[in-house]
Amino acid sequence: MANAISSFKRTLRIITMNGKEVKAVIFQAAFFFLVAGGAYFLYHNMQVNLERQNIQTGFHYLSLESGFAIGESWISYSPSSSYARAILVGFINTSVVAVLGITLATLIGVFVGVAALSSNWLVSKLTSVYINFLRNLPVLLQIILWYTIVTSPRFLPTVRDFNGENGLEPFLGTIYMTRQGIFMPFFEADIGWLGAAIGLATGIFISIWIRYLSRIRMDKTGQQLPVFWIGTSFILVLPCIGWLLMGAPVGIDYPEMGRFRLSGGATITPEFIAVLFGLTIYASAFIADIVRSGILSVPTGQVEAGRSLGLQEGVIMGRIVLPQALRIIIPPLTSQYLNLTKNSSLAVAVGYPDLVSISNTTLNQTGQAPEAIMIMMIVYLSTSLTTAFFMNWYDKKIQFVER
Amino acid sequence: MSIHLSILSTSRNWIRRKLFNTWANSVITALIIMALIYFFPKAYMWVVTDAILTIQVDSESWWGYSFVPDSNACIKANGACWDFVAEKFRLIIFGLYPQDQHWRPLVMMITLISLIVYSLDTSRWGFRLGVTWVVAIPMMFFLMQGGVLGLTFVQTDSWGGGPITLILSAVGIVLSFPIAVMLAFGRQSDMLVVKTICIFFIEIIRGVPLITILFMASLMIPLFLPEGININKLLRALIGFTLFSAAYVAEVIRGGLQAVPKGQYEAADSLGLSYWQKTIFIILPQALKLVIPPIMNTFIGLFKDTTLIIIISMYDFLGTVRLGASDPAWRPYYIEGLLFAAIVYFVVCYAMAAYSLHLEAKLDTERR
Amino acid sequence: MKSKWTTAIAAAAIVFSSYSASAAKTVEAIKSRGELICGVSTGLGGFSLPDSRGKWTGLDVDICKALAAAILGSSYKVKYIPLSTQQRFTALQSGEVDVLSRNTSWSLTRDTALGLNFTAVTYYDGQGFMVPKALEVKSAKELDGATVCIQPGTTSELNLADYFRANSMTFTPVVIESLQELNAAFFAGRCDAYTTDASGLASTRLNDAPKGKSDDYIILPEIISKEPLGPVVRHGDDQFLDIVKWVIFGLVEAEEFGITSSNVREMASSSKNPNIKRLLGTNPGMGRNLGLDEAWIVNAILAVGNYGEIWERNIPPLGLSRGLNKLWSNGGIMYSPPVR
Repeated sequence: MANAISSFKRTLRIITMNGKEVKAVIFQAAFFFLVAGGAYFLYHNMQVNLERQNIQTGFHYLSLESGFAIGESWISYSPSSSYARAILVGFINTSVVAVLGITLATLIGVFVGVAALSSNWLVSKLTSVYINFLRNLPVLLQIILWYTIVTSPRFLPTVRDFNGENGLEPFLGTIYMTRQGIFMPFFEADIGWLGAAIGLATGIFISIWIRYLSRIRMDKTGQQLPVFWIGTSFILVLPCIGWLLMGAPVGIDYPEMGRFRLSGGATITPEFIAVLFGLTIYASAFIADIVRSGILSVPTGQVEAGRSLGLQEGVIMGRIVLPQALRIIIPPLTSQYLNLTKNSSLAVAVGYPDLVSISNTTLNQTGQAPEAIMIMMIVYLSTSLTTAFFMNWYDKKIQFVER
Repeated sequence: MSIHLSILSTSRNWIRRKLFNTWANSVITALIIMALIYFFPKAYMWVVTDAILTIQVDSESWWGYSFVPDSNACIKANGACWDFVAEKFRLIIFGLYPQDQHWRPLVMMITLISLIVYSLDTSRWGFRLGVTWVVAIPMMFFLMQGGVLGLTFVQTDSWGGGPITLILSAVGIVLSFPIAVMLAFGRQSDMLVVKTICIFFIEIIRGVPLITILFMASLMIPLFLPEGININKLLRALIGFTLFSAAYVAEVIRGGLQAVPKGQYEAADSLGLSYWQKTIFIILPQALKLVIPPIMNTFIGLFKDTTLIIIISMYDFLGTVRLGASDPAWRPYYIEGLLFAAIVYFVVCYAMAAYSLHLEAKLDTERR
Repeated sequence: MKSKWTTAIAAAAIVFSSYSASAAKTVEAIKSRGELICGVSTGLGGFSLPDSRGKWTGLDVDICKALAAAILGSSYKVKYIPLSTQQRFTALQSGEVDVLSRNTSWSLTRDTALGLNFTAVTYYDGQGFMVPKALEVKSAKELDGATVCIQPGTTSELNLADYFRANSMTFTPVVIESLQELNAAFFAGRCDAYTTDASGLASTRLNDAPKGKSDDYIILPEIISKEPLGPVVRHGDDQFLDIVKWVIFGLVEAEEFGITSSNVREMASSSKNPNIKRLLGTNPGMGRNLGLDEAWIVNAILAVGNYGEIWERNIPPLGLSRGLNKLWSNGGIMYSPPVR
């Protein structure tokens, strides 16, 4: 009944629409058809063009053998793997450099941002130079500059220079810094390290859980637990237990001189270094500025109140200023994280095999330009939207907690 | 004498207050000074004393000297090789544009920069300035491309260096502005269809890296066009870049629209102004004024982003530096070229940032 | 509707746009434009390389000139568009260039799925490796574990993986699209080996090695693939395909008959050999079959010489001998179907 009435009302409303509303509807319809028509026109042209040239369309090529090799990969990959797997390798490489870059940029950024407010004139001047200089240089220029530096004969030796009687001595006897990359010792591959990793993950989980419990407890009883120490001990002890349980491997794999390069241990390629340095340093300058102005936005009365309570400066910063500044900091920080992730696509310029670089190769080998570009865009778009969604959620959460 | 002493004591005071006020600060200051003493002379030697920049007395030159770059001198040097920049200077600035025609990109760059500087003063903004831009942009293209008025024809593939960076950033930003305004209003609009389409456009473009949009522009636009029509590489990049900047600028303008007090809308309505009158004469001017500082930041970002076109094999300022370094005799000194480019980019971006701060301060006082 | 759209876009893009061929009438489009648009490399010595004044030279460039001479009567009516490996096929597919003469290898996938048609082979090449002498590598078989510099999106990239797989060896690729950046990385010592077509290796070694250091690099004897390089046209225009194909064959045929740029006029007027008379249009018919002027190949030879002359002008400076590219009658495999 109610439905019938409302639908009747709606009908009535359509009949009684005034001139302005009619105009709006007509305008919208026209706009829609214009956009849809334009899109169809472009799509139709593409279809015609592709068909005329006998170019196959569709995504079936993804399951074919790729036939090309990739320099660095976190999952097993060979030229006999499929194109889809190659793209996955690229996506993982992008994620690795983005996550690592975000972590490092945040650490450096917070450090520099807090230092920028130091009462020490030298410190605040130097941080201001850091911020203003680095964020005014194009990130692509920074990446290429880093790549040129880490592959330049003027600054670094090659692996071969360590050979023979008069060869160079590696740093600390085991770390080789060369134009072919950094070669250093690493834990021998062993299942035991998996135990340690599981222990670490469990430790982090438990400490978050304890923090949550203690907060409830504090709300009820007003008593505080030494959350930090309990959490830290879990994070430190559990990996050791996991490591011991799985056989306590102690083997360390040292890089050894091979025919062409050092084998064994861990290798960090110049491409990775260049991309990571470029992205991290560029973003850290922005983050430092965000942190600085976030802290400045906290009223000085808050700091004075903390002092009058006799709190230590560190506690005032950590417990009073930063939590309040966080509310201001989170939204611009989110967009910096997204920017860093998107900027990781510049890896293609120095040959780090990220998503764009591999999609580009796929595009060239198969000629499937529309499909390859679509995959790239969808992957980035969904990453951006997911990150934005998560950060919005976090932002809402902390805004709520504060009130 | 007494004055002198008081300066001394204030400066001693200053040092104590700013550098050694706590023991922690004293330690930090000492560490920084030690680091500076260690690194600064090394850097100074690399950049200046050990560096190579070969200059020769030359009576024919207008300043009495001329550069005589010598890559052999650089091989022996311990410092930077600025000869690279001297040797490749024309290539870096003008790209592969024919040597005897270099005055054309030079005139174009000077005109464009003057026009930009002229437009910086907000009080000059208006219909006239808009018309000037609309007339100036095609004129500059004709000057660069030639084929008219006895100018030799130079295809866009040979353009490079400064003009490309300037065209992409200035023209891209100017062209994106009207699109951005429309997008911003579209997104604010009550009309669901318009709003949805605008949101989709803005969010998709902002959600993907510029490089994918440039790939799209460079590889897909040709497929989107009907048979027989072709747009050259430069214009394709310009289209991609314009759409990209439009989405970002639109979001900034939207922020300004939201900040315009509601009373302004109501006042306009109560005066019986039409939607367009209200928008053009009341809302837009206020919104634009509010967003000038943040928009400058967007422009700085876009200016830096123009470097990305080297990934689609075009030679902007950064690209011509790379082109210069492809000469095997000079390849080891690519770093000097990049540092030179870094300084240029820094100066331009920093100037823009300083201008934005100045505007912000000015607007603040106006508001008071 | 559609035509309105077309005009609107065309008007908007008037400063920049070039009207290119519709698929079926490339030749008409070239003639009405008065210019052949030729896609070339961004700079590969011996094949297509611009000098500081923007003048292009090389074997691939000479083929463009010959085509322009045959179609338009003048070898100067060519516009060269430098294309990266990434852009080359889309540029051709979209009609941005009429013909792609850019050291491009003929393969089945490219000939079919990419919507392209290969015309004829202008250079029989094969992929090789270049290594620093200091590594003391004598054969590609010793490259197990090496790091190899390579341009992405090329057949070389695939051949490289195939070769190492077939010989159960491993390698790490360093893949950089920009040729300048890739060369810089290799000559800085980032990679142990550099791979591309043998001609490209010779050109890179000669033109891009650090000054005076060319001899520090050697090209390994193994040729790991077949790389027949030749011009490419769009799929779906058989007439233009025929023209490009037969201009190349005509140049090869001219070398076989001893017709050179210096004697072509004389041969055209005085030769008694019916084969020569047919080729040079003294006995008409061939030009008409192609839809061209009867002096098509005479114009081409006058402009750039026969195939042998083109070769001698461009390739020997790279330090390469003619090898497979000799005429079939001299022990090579360069062979033209009969012009009749």
